[in-house]
Amino acid sequence: MRLPLPGLDLIDVCKSYGDVPVLERVSLSVAPREFIAFLGPSGSGKSTLLRIIAGLETADSGEVWLDGERIDPLAPGARGIAMVFQHYALYPHMTVRENMAFGLVNAKVPKDEITRRIAQAADILEIGAQLDKKPGQMSGGQRQRVAIGRAIVKQPRLFLLDEPLSNLDAALRGRTRVELAQLRQRVDAALIMVTHDQAEAMTLADRIVILDNCCIQQVGTPAEVYARPANAFVARFVGSPPMAMLPGVIAGAEGGRVQVRLAEGMMLATAVPAGGLVAGTEIEVGLRPEHVRLAAPGTSGAAAEVELVERLGDRTFIYARLAGGAEIIALEPGFGTVRPGDAAALVIDGEAAHIFTAGGAAHHPEPRG
Amino acid sequence: MNAALRDRLVGYAFVGPFLLVYAAVMVVPLIMGLVISLHRADLFGRREWVGLANYSEALGDPVLHQALGNTAMLALLIVPPLTGLALLLALALNRPGRFAAVLRGVFFSSLVLSVTIVTLIWRFILTPDAGLIAEGLAATGRAPIPFLSDPDLVIPAIAVTTLWWSLGFPVMLILAGLQQVPGDIYEAAALDVANRWTVLRRITLPAIRRTLLLVVMLQTAAQLQLFGQAQLLTGGGPGGASRTIVLYIFEVSFGRWELGYATAIAELLFGMILALTLVQYWLVTRHEEPRA
Repeated sequence: MRLPLPGLDLIDVCKSYGDVPVLERVSLSVAPREFIAFLGPSGSGKSTLLRIIAGLETADSGEVWLDGERIDPLAPGARGIAMVFQHYALYPHMTVRENMAFGLVNAKVPKDEITRRIAQAADILEIGAQLDKKPGQMSGGQRQRVAIGRAIVKQPRLFLLDEPLSNLDAALRGRTRVELAQLRQRVDAALIMVTHDQAEAMTLADRIVILDNCCIQQVGTPAEVYARPANAFVARFVGSPPMAMLPGVIAGAEGGRVQVRLAEGMMLATAVPAGGLVAGTEIEVGLRPEHVRLAAPGTSGAAAEVELVERLGDRTFIYARLAGGAEIIALEPGFGTVRPGDAAALVIDGEAAHIFTAGGAAHHPEPRG
Repeated sequence: MNAALRDRLVGYAFVGPFLLVYAAVMVVPLIMGLVISLHRADLFGRREWVGLANYSEALGDPVLHQALGNTAMLALLIVPPLTGLALLLALALNRPGRFAAVLRGVFFSSLVLSVTIVTLIWRFILTPDAGLIAEGLAATGRAPIPFLSDPDLVIPAIAVTTLWWSLGFPVMLILAGLQQVPGDIYEAAALDVANRWTVLRRITLPAIRRTLLLVVMLQTAAQLQLFGQAQLLTGGGPGGASRTIVLYIFEVSFGRWELGYATAIAELLFGMILALTLVQYWLVTRHEEPRA
């Protein structure tokens, strides 16, 4: 028997559309006031999971609990949940004020209380001057605020945000991201945001839930999913540019740490504990760009040919191909002078390398002492 | 030739054929009708200028006044119930699934029947002489009702016939309007604790008000020109109790050969329909802000 705990709990949620499974036995606990991001590629089931929590979809099996109350049999409006839709879903023929009041009037909240809450939300979101406009007269960013305002006035126990920034242009997206971060300080509720943009997830969320292939691949803080990805999928999905994956073979161990022979024949001394990794096993070596750099002139390194150079001003990513054919990405500070087609020598920080076995399971390096 | 000019010419070339036909069958006859209405004219081409005499005759014509009353009553008995019924049916049929699809087809099917078939069917239903309703009444021991020869019942009888015949198209229009409403608004309403009545009143109806306006405007224009059903079911009888304006125009022009007078009545009807349609449009749209 479970104890009624505050926060959101998903237990073994399953959903399929006909023969196509969308979610398979998804379980998750969200603490009160926690900011969670559902991150995954399209078709990973992240939006479906959000809609099941909201009550807009019904799970085939499994339970949804909020603050100790089982909510999955309840109607969407009875769950104490507010949602900000991807396309805002504002009522086009109602003014901003009416949009925000609609749910409260339906829930029979007293009139002066409605007025008070709308004034407060309008104040927070700086839309006080727009209360008598209709959504069609507003810009995308303003509509977004109204949609958030409509959620705030309900004083929900849980906020759901479906791709909240995807309809905004780049400049507005950055500002709204800051505003969302401020929003979570102001509201006394947990937030769950669906996104396919890892930068959003990394900057906003306390914990990231990474979904793919109908299942949760990893739940962790942004630092955890970046530094210790649970499997090869997470390793590739989180990080921009992504972790490079080099094919290799376990060559042996030295000092309890794995030695890897890359396809190029080059030996790499890793900091991954040898336990469980047998010599001769084919594996992939995962390397973040910051652990690969150009060798200083006159020093040796792994031979590679530069294919693409991405100059971001303060730093430069160098996409190169090793002699054995594997793609690798190096990071250099500053603007750099290397050009596509150049031959380069790369220094690989083997002690930062991750190892992924054929099943995708991850072996991480021991922290540097 | 610069590109902008060429684009314009190409555009005119595309709409040109339509404009030519439109002018030939709509604009020219409208103007010719205006001219004819100022003459005493017959079908053989005899024209005698009479100025506004036809129009002043129309103002004092008791038969026309009766026809105007009949037509207005028919429009009142048809347009509001038709719009309401079509809305109810469209709301009921606006769902996925084979059953709803079949029913959508059924309700649309009466529309493809010609007025001849429709009046034939309804004659079988309405006639006191072994008609469907008469048989039903007889089975319960009651006397048949002479729908088509009782001056008080003939207008409602034609109205019901027309309702049955005309229902399909408004249902389709409203269904199309309903399917334009974005689904996420309904999801937002579900999270906003809106019950079905609130959703209908505050979300659905405002969202399709332009479609409803279109239905009302089209049907008003159509029913003010009601002709076939009256002509075929009753011939305008008994005693002119079901004579409509268009039926009267038909009688005057092809029965009495007074083409000038008939045309004058037709122009008056045209002006009336135009005015009514504009008033309806203004009533519905006056509070709307320009669309972004």
